[in-house]
Amino acid sequence: MSELTNLTIADARAKLAKGEISAVELTEAHIQAMEAARGLNAFVTETPDLALERAREADAAQKKGEAGILSGIPLGIKDLFATEGVRTTASSKILENFVPPYESTISANLKKAGAVMLGKTSLDEFAMGSSNMTSAFGPVISPWKRKSNSNAQLVPGGSSGGSASAVSARIAMGATGTDTGGSIRQPASFCGIVGFKPTYGRCSRWGTIAFASSLDQAGPMTRTVKDAALMLQAMAGHDPKDSTSANIALPDFAAAMTGDIRGLKIGIPKEYRPDGLSAEISKLWDDGIEMLKAAGATPVEISLPHTKYALATYYIVAPAECSSNLARYDGVRYGMRVEGKTLDELYAKTRAAGFGQEVRRRILIGTYVLSAGYYDAYYTKAQKVRALIAEDFRKAFETVDAILTPTAPSAAFGLGETNDDPVAMWLNDVFTVPASLAGLPGISVPTGLSSEGLPLGLQLLGRPFDEETVLKVAGVLESAAGFKATPNGVEI
Amino acid sequence: MSLDKDTVKKLATLARLDLPEAELTHLAGELSTIMQFVEQLGEVNTDGVAPMASVAHMNLPRRKDEVTDGGYPERVLANAPDAMDGFYTVPKVVE
Repeated sequence: MSELTNLTIADARAKLAKGEISAVELTEAHIQAMEAARGLNAFVTETPDLALERAREADAAQKKGEAGILSGIPLGIKDLFATEGVRTTASSKILENFVPPYESTISANLKKAGAVMLGKTSLDEFAMGSSNMTSAFGPVISPWKRKSNSNAQLVPGGSSGGSASAVSARIAMGATGTDTGGSIRQPASFCGIVGFKPTYGRCSRWGTIAFASSLDQAGPMTRTVKDAALMLQAMAGHDPKDSTSANIALPDFAAAMTGDIRGLKIGIPKEYRPDGLSAEISKLWDDGIEMLKAAGATPVEISLPHTKYALATYYIVAPAECSSNLARYDGVRYGMRVEGKTLDELYAKTRAAGFGQEVRRRILIGTYVLSAGYYDAYYTKAQKVRALIAEDFRKAFETVDAILTPTAPSAAFGLGETNDDPVAMWLNDVFTVPASLAGLPGISVPTGLSSEGLPLGLQLLGRPFDEETVLKVAGVLESAAGFKATPNGVEI
Repeated sequence: MSLDKDTVKKLATLARLDLPEAELTHLAGELSTIMQFVEQLGEVNTDGVAPMASVAHMNLPRRKDEVTDGGYPERVLANAPDAMDGFYTVPKVVE
């Protein structure tokens, strides 16, 4: 790792603006890091030539005084965002050779801001998973190791696992993620970085491969809160091509980080401390509460009574939307094709061969809960409980300005340390799913290490479209926690 | 709710997934576990609650009804696994 790959986006911008470094130098350092860290399997596709081309353009723009907000900043792009002329797979065999003829709004916005794309980062297949083990291109490895066993390979979390691993390992200065039930926040917590899911509607979904459309939301993954604010500034904004994109003016996100949280009320939901929550996570949370209190905020105990039903609700709503969205993979228009004697046989053979186990399972659940006779009992019921969960938050935000919780119930686990029980695996998302169902902005900030030396994060949630308060509190939490640890083998 | 192998087979047909027999048995067990887990929603009183389809509180935006895109069939067909003469191809559907 070089000095250049350890810079924050904010510092690199300053150095680029002063001409102390060039975008080409910065990009070359990251390309080297990307090649050196191939063992992590963080990228599905590397695009070094394209990166250097963009870096040269960024240097030229800088000279002309026309540099965008992320000019010359090397980023990873989750392989769920369609990139024109660059293979986009969703980490699925069914899209193994898909080369989009169009650019997603998010990646287009980043390009317009001058960002340099290093490559496409891996994910759980179609963003369905919390470990990055369901990728058709093999699991992604976290750069972090346990103190007690440095040989055991750990998962980076998921579904944005490649992005988290790359940012943590200093391969990319930041990366895009998408979050449907925690896919930005949970891997950020596992890898000791910042992950920010903005309010549903803040970032356009156009050109992002769909998983569950009422939940999917893109966001930045970075090493600091300030960097997340800068990256979100470039990503977000109204897009007429997405009918759920919010036509609301963008605030200056970084300017919201004033460092002053005096007088703010921070909700501490009692339902997020279930029996059996690990002592380590419980202490991390208590420490976080103390830090915010010391900075002048007031912790307030709140109740979100329907929290315990969030996972069950999510695992009806998300698979239902997934089964509808993934109906488009038909072996006819794009993607993989397995021939059959009839059209139906072609569909069924193609989809069975192209989708992995977790995706197939979710399509079947979705098909079941949407089928005649079960639709009301499951799908409509889940939509009603979802309304109650959202209402819990709405009421809580009448009295508090932000909510603090743990991001995940544990530190990263090892590859192959999970069992086959899908429900047990879903518990990883127990703290992140409720805010997804309510569409709220949520950020994970690394604030401590486990007894095994692995990163742990705390989550801050805010009112819809109040990313500014979330960022303001997150900035204070970040400073107070002073998280400086880096993965083994990566020196600071 | 417990799902048997025949139900899973029917779901697989509806979802156009050609799954081997052995997987159907395995999936019946997994899907039953999942459906038993979500069963807990039955405890929640949702009388008079309107189902929530989207968190975006907005009217569906409208635009002028005009063509704003298109006119490049070769790009549209570029990813088709078996395009021919400017068309997608499928096995014979009409006898």
